[in-house]
Amino acid sequence: MKKLQFSIYRYNPDVDAKPRMQEYTLEVDEKQDMMVLDALIMLKEQDPSLAFRRSCREGVCGSDGLNMNGKNGLACITPVSSLKGKKVVVRPLPGLPVIRDLIVDMEQFYTQYERVKPYLINEDKTPPARERLQSPEERAKLDGLYECILCACCSTSCPSFWWNPDKFVGPAGLLHAYRFLADSRDTATEQRLDELDDAFSVFRCHGIMNCVSVCPKGLNPTKAIGHIKSMLLSRAV
Amino acid sequence: MVNVASTFGRSGTHDYILLRASALILATYAIFMVCFLVATPNLTFEAWTGLFGTLWMKVYTLLALTAVLVHGWIGIWQVLTDYVKNSFGRGVLQFIVSLALIVYWLTGLFVLWGV
Repeated sequence: MKKLQFSIYRYNPDVDAKPRMQEYTLEVDEKQDMMVLDALIMLKEQDPSLAFRRSCREGVCGSDGLNMNGKNGLACITPVSSLKGKKVVVRPLPGLPVIRDLIVDMEQFYTQYERVKPYLINEDKTPPARERLQSPEERAKLDGLYECILCACCSTSCPSFWWNPDKFVGPAGLLHAYRFLADSRDTATEQRLDELDDAFSVFRCHGIMNCVSVCPKGLNPTKAIGHIKSMLLSRAV
Repeated sequence: MVNVASTFGRSGTHDYILLRASALILATYAIFMVCFLVATPNLTFEAWTGLFGTLWMKVYTLLALTAVLVHGWIGIWQVLTDYVKNSFGRGVLQFIVSLALIVYWLTGLFVLWGV
């Protein structure tokens, strides 16, 4: 048997005056590895007051975005063995208000997502009888964009989003914005660009690529943001 | 759309272009000055006045000072809107920095005028 050490952020605003880190130990078989989420579930059996979100437990729903040993990721697809250091330090996603323990209030994140109108807008007065067709090339432009699961790992690792969550759309929202800007079936390109053409919404991204480094789906929001900047520049000059 | 009145350009894109264009001018000016200093081991008063006495150098220097004004104005505004959340404090700091940048520009203009 080996002992795994955990240090977990705890905060219950009804009881605690301020947040604290609580130490936990988990005994597992010598050769056993597990995902951080599995470990959290086992720790919750020790201490039922520990609160965290989880749902699909296989990297699809995006519920268990957490900060593990300083890096954001999904607890359900992060093996404990992949985390360096003597103990695993688990904190809630940075920058968002904590509701309790590892659960954050994602309202600011969803407000920014809503701002980019993440749905197809087509003002064609005569819609086709069956469906709007795309060529394989047009469809290929959406690859690397539509896969986002809105786990918020990227936006909460971005300092620009930490400092201005009410004005900067953030990498997740901008990835979705570009997903519709790049869609051949969408006719609201100009309106979408008008909405983004200010000093904060897109241009507060300085390309430090924290979002790329943490995305559990391997997506590249910085590249999408670069495309949006190019679209804004090409219509401005 | 986030509306702000205190920045330099008309839009986010305008700010972005001004920031990049001014950075380009400053980079070429810095490289030029380093090359001049390396190529002039005996840096005398005559060498300096000879350099800054020419019309093209006066224009280039004034262009670089304008780039400092634009780049500093937008850059400091971005830093302040990130880190200073009190709008009165931010306004005061932006005023001080913008004033200093304008003073630099005017000082540069009159210094060049006299060479």
